Amino acid sequence: MTSPTPVSRADVFGLSKLLRLQWEEAQGCYVLLYPEGMVKLNGSAGEILRRVDGKQSVDGILGDLRQAFPDAPDMEADVIAMLEAARERGWIERKDG
Amino acid sequence: MADANPKPLWLLAEVTYRCPLHCAFCYNPTDYVRHTKNELGTEEWISALRQARAMGALQLGISGGEPLLRDDIEELVAEARKLGYYSNLITSGVGLTEKRIAEFKRGGLDHIQLSMHDITKEINNFITDTNTFELKKKVAAMIKGHDYPMVLNVVIHRYNIEHVAEILEMAEAIGADYVELANTQYYGWALINRAQLMPTREQLEKAEEATNRFRAKVGNRMKIYFVVPDYYAERPKACMNGWGSVFMIVTADGTVLPCHSARTLPGLEFPNVRGQPLEWIWNESPAFNKYRGDGWMKEPCRSCPEKTKDFGGCRCQAFLLTGEAENADPVCTLSPHRQVVDRAIEEAKTPAVRAQPIVFRNDGNSRKLAEGARDLVPPSIHGLP
Ligand code: SF4
Ligand code: SF4
Repeated sequence: MTSPTPVSRADVFGLSKLLRLQWEEAQGCYVLLYPEGMVKLNGSAGEILRRVDGKQSVDGILGDLRQAFPDAPDMEADVIAMLEAARERGWIERKDG
Repeated sequence: MADANPKPLWLLAEVTYRCPLHCAFCYNPTDYVRHTKNELGTEEWISALRQARAMGALQLGISGGEPLLRDDIEELVAEARKLGYYSNLITSGVGLTEKRIAEFKRGGLDHIQLSMHDITKEINNFITDTNTFELKKKVAAMIKGHDYPMVLNVVIHRYNIEHVAEILEMAEAIGADYVELANTQYYGWALINRAQLMPTREQLEKAEEATNRFRAKVGNRMKIYFVVPDYYAERPKACMNGWGSVFMIVTADGTVLPCHSARTLPGLEFPNVRGQPLEWIWNESPAFNKYRGDGWMKEPCRSCPEKTKDFGGCRCQAFLLTGEAENADPVCTLSPHRQVVDRAIEEAKTPAVRAQPIVFRNDGNSRKLAEGARDLVPPSIHGLP
């Protein structure tokens, strides 16, 4: 179900149980695997989704990304947009209330 | 489009052609009895899984026949998980027990795709020629109970197409996450029984409307795929996403195919994992290169701007219905053979043709067909998969 509320920094998301996220050495990228197919993720989508663990809040993910990529320009808007798109497709689900 | 270096991302393991069901729409080879004796052993399967994974395979379908007739599926599933496959067991449900499903879960099987047929016991039992209605419901509950994504596959044909709304309600009630309403594709047994199985255009349109209404109601909660029957389309399906492009099928006796019914095509010799490494089979074998890319195409496909989208459709369908695999898939309205498809649609409306008895998929019929009996086959068909 598409929730009308925008993603906020306090939200906690986990991957849908229908999915598996996996690093594919042969393709040099993360892939999302699900019953009817697979999606190759680009570099930033992979880095974001692999931090979606059902425990860490969006804020935590942002902090983690800043640490991993200290030279990247501010990414908050992009990360939130990516998570909203992922939620729209049913890839991730809210884990807190 | 045509990747210069294609990888077999999807591996289908048709581990056995034995099956306790006798579905009228089964796409298995009609001479399957020839391939039931010499099945690959566990070690041979594990070797095939390893080789394919090293070549980039990611999605693994374990199907058949009924894969659960083998007692080593637990072992294959566990090996697949270790290798990093996303694995799917495609089953009729017959043979699934609490013990086996728990073992699959432990081994890391990712999901189970269960076939269902109808909301009525009568049609379920008629079309599969078995008494399996209650069993399928129990199996569905078992799959849910083990916290598996519930993926239902319902093959659609004239006998259940008017029940699509009720079928979707049943799917929702048992907690399905994905439902595939797969209109029958006319290969194998389904091709023989085409006149009895094909719905009318009106039936099809109503079914699509019912599906869309249901989609609007359930939203993201349940994903519904409606696989259109290509006979009623104007362009062919992009069969297998192109020959030797992403799909590879290893069959029960080790023969490796680019698509389910490729064995039917004349002049091709399909390699076997018992004789050659998969790497050679995929990259070098003449069979896998025969219809790769578009060098083999004739007109109207050769100069058609849409050839990068549908690759000229299905080679097997082109052969089965026009007698030549290099022809455009006759489903295409640009094909000079489209009338064979239109005729089949007409035939399906003719009561005399529809009254032919259904040829159920069973060993007796398969033996007769393997021996070349043509009296079971409609005369307009050039070959049999
Ligand atoms: S379609 Fe029916 S008969 Fe054919 S393999 Fe599947 S369950 Fe068995
Ligand atoms: S002519 Fe051939 S390539 Fe063009 S749309 Fe038809 S089948 Fe596809």
